Amino acid sequence: MAAEATIPLSSRKAKLQMRDVSFAFERDGKSIPVLDKISLDIGDGEFVCVVGPSGCGKSTLLNVMAGFLSPTTGMVAINGETVRRPDPRRIMVFQDHGVFPWLTVEGNIEFGISGLSTAERKERVAHYVQMVRLQGFEHTYPPDLSGGMKQRLQVARALAMNPDVLYLDEPFGALDAITRVMMRSELLRIWQAERRTIIFVTHDVDEAVQLADRIVVLSSRPARIQDVHSVDIPHPRNISSSGYLQHRDDLLQKIGLAYSA
Amino acid sequence: MTTLAKPSVWEKFFWPLLTAVLLLAAWKYSVKWSGTQVFPSPASVETGMLELLRHHVLWADIADSLRRVAFGFGTAALLGIPLGLVLGWYPAMHQVFNPVIQLLRPISPIAWIPIAIVLFGIGDHAATFLIFLGAFFPIVVACAGGVSGVPVIYRRTARNFGLRPAQILARVVFPAALPQILIGLRIALGIAWLVVVAAEMIAVDSGLGFLVIDSRNSGKRYDLVVAAMLMIGLIGLALDTAFRRLEKIRSVRWGFRDEY
Repeated sequence: MAAEATIPLSSRKAKLQMRDVSFAFERDGKSIPVLDKISLDIGDGEFVCVVGPSGCGKSTLLNVMAGFLSPTTGMVAINGETVRRPDPRRIMVFQDHGVFPWLTVEGNIEFGISGLSTAERKERVAHYVQMVRLQGFEHTYPPDLSGGMKQRLQVARALAMNPDVLYLDEPFGALDAITRVMMRSELLRIWQAERRTIIFVTHDVDEAVQLADRIVVLSSRPARIQDVHSVDIPHPRNISSSGYLQHRDDLLQKIGLAYSA
Repeated sequence: MTTLAKPSVWEKFFWPLLTAVLLLAAWKYSVKWSGTQVFPSPASVETGMLELLRHHVLWADIADSLRRVAFGFGTAALLGIPLGLVLGWYPAMHQVFNPVIQLLRPISPIAWIPIAIVLFGIGDHAATFLIFLGAFFPIVVACAGGVSGVPVIYRRTARNFGLRPAQILARVVFPAALPQILIGLRIALGIAWLVVVAAEMIAVDSGLGFLVIDSRNSGKRYDLVVAAMLMIGLIGLALDTAFRRLEKIRSVRWGFRDEY
């Protein structure tokens, strides 16, 4: 796995391609530009974080990638196929309130795979319950789970669909600091086990430097790509090493530039 | 409740019981000291209640009232839930129907009595129709509100997981709106129980409402009037308590808590 991280990005097959994607909201008859000509290639199995000033359009970018919003101009393609609508092969994980409170843990994980045979379904539920460490909670309802457990459940429900891309929209943003740190290492462990392409929006620079192969820094609205920052430290990353701190400082400086831009 | 101390078991029963005893005493002595010949004392109401039970009229009246509520409320739920779901789901339909609903909603079912009699004549159907009217609008409004209040994230998740519109409605929007729908049904059931009494005073010759008006008209038996009133209160309480049990079902309980 460490070997794969050293393969130059240019030689990787592009999973997701964005070409000159712009997006504008219509409000009171006025057009408010949010994304400005964003072009980006993301490799298969790559872990990409998107950071930027708050309100800059990070979530909008993710929603356009996932097909919930159509770009005003430009196009998004996955495996060479233009994205026009949400697709069960690419699953979005939300910051909060993403799991269905009327279904148990098991019911939530099974939600998208009702087409499979009972045996296959049970097997998949068991596999992902174990992967996100929710054993013993299969028949628990979400209101009885902690915030971190709910987010793990949401990730399990997404993974049970066997998606090739996972979009995470500040998935740990509503959690306390300690849970957040633990969730990061859980996500890394899952990513290393399953190697899905992950696109992760966050406002937390530490989170980005700990997780990502590459970090996309957006400018303030309308968002352009300010910088793409590669993090070439192998996992697990030592957060007090000089290399780590260097990346972190570089990134903070770039985001500072983004704020002033 | 903001007090941290949990009331002990004896307090849970003692205070309500004390209130009831004090009220009964106030009733008894105000009848006694005022020297009224018309208003019955608690003791004569009790005798009246036993007399009604002994002559078996009470059970027949209760059964008639409950039957009318069951039909009127049942029809209202059967038509009101789908209509509410559609109005909440399609904003265009909401725009078309909402003004009419908002205009009809504040009209008391009592005002419909002449129309009900013209349409259905004197009898069960007129009474059932009035109960239907009383229950229908709260159900429609609660369902429409419940559906349009379903968080966008749930709908997005459903679309993301590849569900077709009919599946989204059945597997996500309906369960997400169900707590609101249950609240609407509970309010509607309460209204249905209020309306049946009024409807039975005018449109039919059986039921608890008829018992109230008939006890007064045939011999000014106010002991029976008050006995019937108390019975109406008790059954209304029982209906509401029974309905509230639905809120404890696991798949809707989340909607009745402060958290989540």
